[in-house]
Amino acid sequence: MASSDNDFIRTEQPAAGVVVISPMADVDMSRSPVLRTAIKGELKAGLDRMIIDLSDVQYMDSSGLATLVEAMRIAKTQSIALHLASMTPKVRAIFEIARLDAFFSIKDSRQEALDS
Amino acid sequence: MKKKAAQHTEVKPIKIELVSDPMYLCGARELVSCIAHRVGFGDMECSKIALALDEAMCNVIRHGYQRQTDRPIWLTIYPQKPDETTFGGIEIVIEDEAKQINPDTIIGRDLSDIKPGGLGVHIMREVMDEVLFEKRKGKGMRLRMSKSAPRPDQAPRIGQISSGSTPAQRQVS
Repeated sequence: MASSDNDFIRTEQPAAGVVVISPMADVDMSRSPVLRTAIKGELKAGLDRMIIDLSDVQYMDSSGLATLVEAMRIAKTQSIALHLASMTPKVRAIFEIARLDAFFSIKDSRQEALDS
Repeated sequence: MKKKAAQHTEVKPIKIELVSDPMYLCGARELVSCIAHRVGFGDMECSKIALALDEAMCNVIRHGYQRQTDRPIWLTIYPQKPDETTFGGIEIVIEDEAKQINPDTIIGRDLSDIKPGGLGVHIMREVMDEVLFEKRKGKGMRLRMSKSAPRPDQAPRIGQISSGSTPAQRQVS
């Protein structure tokens, strides 16, 4: 897990038209603007699918949820498939508290998100 | 909660002053999570209590202080250790010097309207047993949140991790 804010986001392109964004630490009010900028920077014409890999996120607050809700809205308007992958149980619980678990496409693993 | 809380083994609270910089939210979360563990909460509940605290402090920073990062926030944690007859619990008090508002106007939004933001109050009320906003004497607002630890024989809640220890499994020191 990243210990500083400098390497908080990792971005990969495993295939043409596919981007995987991985926050490497907890997402709270101090870090969600960084995630938001990274996501919005990749949600552009020509992208077919975005996967947000949350395997290294042990904690997320409502600012993180808001960032992902906004990302999903933008993705829908641009017909980009957006999947959340590898959610830890604690982060999953936050989605359930906010009743957002049904709003997102949540996959158990990055591979499942790539294959779907 | 209140009647049972009076029977808990009270220990002295911890009170710290923070500045309204989101960078320090992680430290506040760690502190409350650690104390919640000590009084009998399982891993998942500790994470949720830390979330409630985080949301409360974010609201102070975002709405109370308009994102100014140099204003004071006082955090007081009252641990209630379990004893022979009761289960533990925790009370969290957050105070600020922000503009006072009518506590009755602090309500969560309709969750069926999915949009970014506005989830903090809902999360606090969902996680904690009691959430009370009040005006401080003079200036600022005060938020009191409390939660009782679950009975050891209580079934895990939705989303509770299977690998984490529960109060029943853990020796509470």
